[in-house]
Order: sequence, then structure tokens, then C-alpha cells
Amino acid sequence: MTASPSTPAYGEETGAKDRRAATGDRLLDIVGLSKSFGTVRANRDISLHVERGEIVALLGENGAGKSTLVKQIFGLQAPDEGTIAIKGDAAPIKDPKDAIRRGIGMEHQHFQLVPVMTVAENMILGHETTKHGQLDLEGARQLVRELSEKHGLAVDPDAEIEDLPVGTQQRVEILKALSRKVDLLILDEPTAVLTPQETDELLEVMKELAAGGTSIVFITHKLREVLAVADRVYVLRQGSVVGEVAAADTDARGLATMMVGREVVLRVDKDEPKPGADVLRVADLVVLDDRALPAVDGFTLTVRAGEIVGVAGVEGNGQRELVEAIAGMRPPKGGLITLLGEDITKANPHQTHVAGIGHIPEDRERHGLVGSYSLADNMVLNRFDEKPFANGFVRNFEAVRENGEALFKEFDVRAASVMAPAASLSGGNKQKVVVAREMSFGPKLLMAAQPTRGVDVGSIEFIHRRIVAARDEGAAVLLVSAELDEVLSLSDRIAVIHGGKVVAEMPAADADRTEIGRLMAGDH
Amino acid sequence: MPDKDVAPPPATPAAAPAVLERGAPPTPGGLWGALIRYQAIVVPVVGLVVAFVVGALLIRQQGVNPTYAYKTLFQSALFTRDGLNQTLQRTTPLIFTGLAVAVPLRVGLFNIGAQGQFIFGALAAAVVGYKLHSAPGIVIILVALLCGLLAGAMWASIAGFLKTSRGVHEVISTIMLNSIAVNIIDYLINNPFKEKGQAIPRTPQIAPQAFLNDMGIVPIGFPIAVILAVGTAWMLRRTTLGFQFETVGRNKAAAGYAGIKINKMILLAMALAGAFAGLAGGIETLGDIHRYESGFNANLGFDGITIALLARSNPVATIPAAFLVGALRAGASALQFDTGIQPEVVDMLLAITLLFVSLPLVAKLIFRRYAAKGSALTSGWGS
Repeated sequence: MTASPSTPAYGEETGAKDRRAATGDRLLDIVGLSKSFGTVRANRDISLHVERGEIVALLGENGAGKSTLVKQIFGLQAPDEGTIAIKGDAAPIKDPKDAIRRGIGMEHQHFQLVPVMTVAENMILGHETTKHGQLDLEGARQLVRELSEKHGLAVDPDAEIEDLPVGTQQRVEILKALSRKVDLLILDEPTAVLTPQETDELLEVMKELAAGGTSIVFITHKLREVLAVADRVYVLRQGSVVGEVAAADTDARGLATMMVGREVVLRVDKDEPKPGADVLRVADLVVLDDRALPAVDGFTLTVRAGEIVGVAGVEGNGQRELVEAIAGMRPPKGGLITLLGEDITKANPHQTHVAGIGHIPEDRERHGLVGSYSLADNMVLNRFDEKPFANGFVRNFEAVRENGEALFKEFDVRAASVMAPAASLSGGNKQKVVVAREMSFGPKLLMAAQPTRGVDVGSIEFIHRRIVAARDEGAAVLLVSAELDEVLSLSDRIAVIHGGKVVAEMPAADADRTEIGRLMAGDH
Repeated sequence: MPDKDVAPPPATPAAAPAVLERGAPPTPGGLWGALIRYQAIVVPVVGLVVAFVVGALLIRQQGVNPTYAYKTLFQSALFTRDGLNQTLQRTTPLIFTGLAVAVPLRVGLFNIGAQGQFIFGALAAAVVGYKLHSAPGIVIILVALLCGLLAGAMWASIAGFLKTSRGVHEVISTIMLNSIAVNIIDYLINNPFKEKGQAIPRTPQIAPQAFLNDMGIVPIGFPIAVILAVGTAWMLRRTTLGFQFETVGRNKAAAGYAGIKINKMILLAMALAGAFAGLAGGIETLGDIHRYESGFNANLGFDGITIALLARSNPVATIPAAFLVGALRAGASALQFDTGIQPEVVDMLLAITLLFVSLPLVAKLIFRRYAAKGSALTSGWGS
């Protein structure tokens, strides 16, 4: 492999962009930071530092601990262990106000702006200045104009926020942070909501800010942006810093390897697939996301009976919308979905279920379960009106309970009884309930979205074995997962999704992890 | 391999073999355990006791002996033939309006509009009752009740439709619809349905053969109300429709995922609520008022909210809750007659009780960690 992602300990003078590192002016120095939530260790012994005028990227998959880390820098959470020193001052950061006072600004993933107010009004929100007892709006306008000019971020001070495009709203957020004399600006996934063009503009702004002496901590999971703008990269995985590298010394392939990691590949014993007839056909599918932008954009894929097709991709590339469209929860904008030749493009969730789709949803708490219902009820959540669970209008509790007890045993659910509320179970057991329900009716197509997210190791193995068993019984399986390892070890065929379409398709046997990582990053 | 000096992430802590699921702590036995199990009853009773203590202070303030006042109140409401009849007379429509609020609550909707639905039902029954004056009593009764039911259902459906098609929150729309109902009905009883030669705006009296009489001291509507309350509980618990209602009320996203038609359930729940309130209006017209006259029983719909909350939206529990409110209202007039204390004291007693029931804090203070988790009243203002 090329370009070692792990340049031996990035030293003080190894700076690739020496104009910054050479200053030796350390703005932020984190030593041995750890933070746990209950049994989840979100950050483990993290040490990192940021020099003045440097852009440092924090790269990692969702749940790697990036947001937890920056929340502690901004005083939103207190570390369990370790110190955070700002400009050499290691006093604990009490709260965001304290962080701001000490020169830290943060742009949140979700904008903290009041939509019905103007740019100028938002700018002074929280630290309003008055003149003769009245709000000094002229002063606020002046402030916006000055900052706009100084940082080259054009914004009309009198525009109302809700009328502005998202990219401009973000500029306002950044200007607001800058208005408080910021030395270190934290940007938490700033490009998540931007169009590619807006993203490019933002990256330019970041470079200019850095040139002007502002340090930036940039959180993202998009490799291309990291390479375009960062000086140094810290890669986080499962709460730990697993790598530190100068951006100039690496490439997308190297970063992808580090980010996805070499976790223990859970070996799944499975025979050669015996693919049969086409079960699911998706052609030129276009699906809009919640912001009415095309998240799935010309997606085409076929899944045959008796094979597992894994969709690999960085999260947010249309996977959620794809799954919801096939399940009938999100009407597609264009294209065609057929199941065994039957057009289900416009089917609702009830119809897709009847047609034979079992759907393990990505978010089991939100979609998969009703927490206050018993396990037995949850195991018939989408079949409550089918025989024998109901005789016409009247539900048959006996059958519901028997079904629950049988699945309870078969899927090794650990709970007090089938009458226990679903909310009282652990994540792995909750997921087993969902998996049991969706597999128990003999689906033609099993669609599993992030089937092992937040699930303990034992349950992961169990769920994987069941998915393979469903395949062996002749079901077509569509696996969508952000865990590349899961896709690699379970799939017979792999489709890489990027920007809402399939950018590559290959038999799993020919798949190369780094190659897929590169394709996932949009490098094709 | 390139990443040999990349620290492998620490192993995920292995799951403990015998996973002890977290959940509610095991409840202790004995009296304390029984109190915890029945806290849905204990909390309102405690609230009621506190309300009566506060009420006693206020009654004493007015120079009346509280013991005497309460004795008068309950004696006249429960222990005289006429009083008990009055109490049941008032309880009957309250069970219906309680259901009209309780059922939507189970679907995650807060129906503030039982009042508007109720008066529309009452007017519809009154109009049928005098227009069909030559028909046999049973025909008039059935047509009048059906029209009352439909009028209420249609009025409530407006709120359901506004919610499903335009996303208007039902609290807003039902409050507005209450005011609109009052004004439309004001117009109707002043113009097309006005009794000729009368100064007071009211409809003519319904045909006497359509009066709903009492069976002994029990109004005919009362057993109907009880049967409907029990039937509603059965529907919610045992039928596929009830399951769909409850699923929408508890987790809308999961209901959508499970293929339940959420909008259909919202429309149905509102229509059903309106039908209950409209039926209450019809029974009130045929059984008690015998015409429509504004200002009569002006609070039955609003009392439905009190009852549904006291009953924690359990349909069967609306029966004792409605009986409590009915008895207090029936006793209040005797109280005023005997001691001069304003009947509004009853509203205050109910308000204090309701405060206790609706504040999760109270259950927490009494039961500490055993307190039942308060269920949200509605699915929130945003949805």
C-alpha cells in the first residue's frame, strides 16, 4: 500500500505547512482526555494540539467521538479525565461563555439562528448592545459590514435569516462566532448541509481565515474536504485517536484505511451463494431528502434470490432515502422499483410488507419498536391485523403471545418475559426483536439497514448468522451498512454508493477494502 | 501493513452473560406496594383530599361551617332520591364528553373542542325533535340521536381534516371551532329555528313523545353511557382499530413504518370523539332540556377535559370521574340554596384535584422512584 497514513509521531518540526507549525504558538493542547457516558466510552485518552493559524481536521465515522470531543473544548461537557489547555491555560472550561471569553468559537451542526430575525439582529443576539436604552441596530449593521469586509464573507445585514440559502446562513453563523474575537473556530460537520458549490466556497473561507491567524478545528467524515483544506488530520475511531498525519503526506486511500480501521472482521461462515431469479429491481431511482434535495439520484441495482447485496458508502449518500423508498415510507420522485416483477414504486409500507419485504429499519427506537408495547405486541407490529393475530376486527392475544414466545426463544431475546415493555431491553435485544419480526414471515426480500448498529458483539454475530440463514432459505437480502467490515464479510456482491448512485459494483470476492474506501469517498 | 503503529481500539467490553435488563425497580409488597400499583387512583384521591381541605378554609372564610357545607353537598347529591337522580342526570353527558376527550388523547390528540361538538349535537337533536313532532316517539328519538351524533362528528372532523391536510394543531383548531360553533348556533336559534313569538332565542320544545324519561331514578342515557365507555375500552384494548389508535398515539414514526395509515387514524379518532360529544348533546336535549336554549349546560364539553384527565384517558375510569364531577355539580346548587356559598367552589375543588393529577411532580413526591412515568398528553406542538 502507498502513503503510510501513520507518519511516525508528528513532531513539532515535521510541519508540512511550515509557515504555521513553525510559529510554535500552541493554541490548544489536549492531554489524556477521556469521557464516558454510562458504559459507553466516547473518548479514550485523547491527546492532540492545534497551532495558531492551523486547520486541523477531526476525521472519523459517526459515533467515533468527534462531537463529544469538541463539546468538551467548548465547555458544553466536562471531561472525566485529562486536561484542555487554551493558550497554555489549563483551567477547566466552565461553560460555553467561558470558552468564548477565552477565544473559542463554535459553529454547530444545527444552526443557532432565529429564522424570523435579520442578520444584524442575530449577530448581537445574546450580547445585545443598547443606545439610549434601545437596541443599537445601526451598530449591529455596522458590525456585520465590518466583519463581512474583513473576512471576505458577503452578507446583507438586513436580510431575514429564513430567506437566505443554507450556505449563507452558515456564513452568518461563522460571522457570529468571529464577532467575538475568536482564536480557535470549531466547525462541526459544516458541509453536511451544503451543496458542493457552497462547500467549495466554505473551504475557501476557511483557508482565508487560517491565513489571517485563526485556527480551525474541522469535523467531518468527507475525505476530499480534509485533503483540500486541512494542514493536519487526527483520525478517531471508537473514541480513540488512531492516527495523526499531515494532510500533505497522505491521500484519500490512506485516510479511508485509517478511518474504517482494521477492526476484527467478524468472520461469517457461509457457503457459496446460489443466486436465483431477480427479486428486487431498482432502476434510475430518484428520492428527495427532507430538504427536498435529491439524495438518491439515478440509483440502479438488482438483488436476486439467494444472494446478499451489500451497499457500502459513507453515511449521508442517500442510503436512508433509498431504504425508505423501497419500504414505501418515502415516495420516490422518479424511477422504478419492482419486486418479483410487480411495480411497487408507489406502494405504501403496508403494501410493501404484504408484497414480501421484511425491513429492519436503521433507527429501531424511532421506527422499529413502540417502547411502551410488550415484546409480543412489537413482534406483530406490522402484522397485527393478519391471521392468526386477529380474527377480522378482534385481536387474538393468545396467538400474539404464542408467536412472541416462539420468536423469543428462536432469536434468543434476553428479557424478563414477552410481556415486558420493549423499552426495558438492551440495544442488542431490541434489535433481535426487530430482526425476529422481519424474518419470521418468510420475506422475499430482506432489507437490513445498519442491522448491528449499537449492538453488542454477541448479538452482532447472531444477527449476521440469521441474515445468512435467510439468504440460504432463498430470500434476497439488501444490506445497507456504514460498517465496511459488515458489508465485506456478509455480502456476496457489493455496490458502492456515492452521491445517491451506484459508482461501482463487484463480487465480494474481488473486493478490495482500500479500493472501496476510495470509491466511498467519491474518488472515482 | 501500513498502520502497525496505529493503536488498535480497545476491545469492546464483553456483554455480561446474564444480561439484567434495566427497567422499573421491583415493587415492594404490602400496603406500600398496593399503593404504588394503584397510584392512578391514589393520586387523584390525595388531590381530592387536599382540595377539600383548601375548600374548607375558603368556606370557613365565608362564615360557614365547612363540615356542615360538605355534609349538605354530599347529602343532597347522593343520599336523596331527587339528588341522586340529579347527579346521574349530570353524570350521563359527562361520561360521553369525557370519552370525547379521552379517546383522541390515546391517539395523541388533545380535543379541546368537545364543547362545540356537544352543542352542535344538542341543537341537531332539538331541531329533529320539534320538526318531526308527528312521528312516533321511538323514531324521533333514534333520528334525533343519530343526527346529534353526526353533527358532532362532522364538527370534530373539521379539526381532523385541518390537521391531516394542513398540519393545523388540533388544540388551536378546536378552540377556534368552539367559538365558531357558538356563533353559528346563535344565528340559527335566532333565525330559522327560533320559536315563534318568543323573546328568548331558543328552539321550540321537542315532541313530548320523544322525551327520554328516567327509569326510576336512573336516566335512560346513563346505562347507554356506561355501555359505550366499557365498549370503548374494549375497542382500544382488543381490536385492530384500537391497536392502530394506540400505536399512532405512542410512536407515530413506528406506526408509519408498520403500515398504519396515520392520517386515517387521526380523522377517525376525531370523528369518533365528535360522535361521542354530539351524542351527549342529543341525550341532554331529549332527556333534560327538551329544546335548545343557549346558556344551558354551557360547561359539559369543557368538563369532559377535566374528566378525561382525571381518568388518565382510561374510558372505564371516565365513569367514576364523571360521577364525581356530576355529584359535585348537583350538590353545588343545594349548597348555594342552603348556605349561600357560590357553586363556583366546586370548580375550584375540581381544579385543585386536577392540578394534583396532571403534575408528575406530585406522583414523584409521593412515590419517589416508583412513580409511574407520566405519558405525554399530545404528540407536541410541532406535529
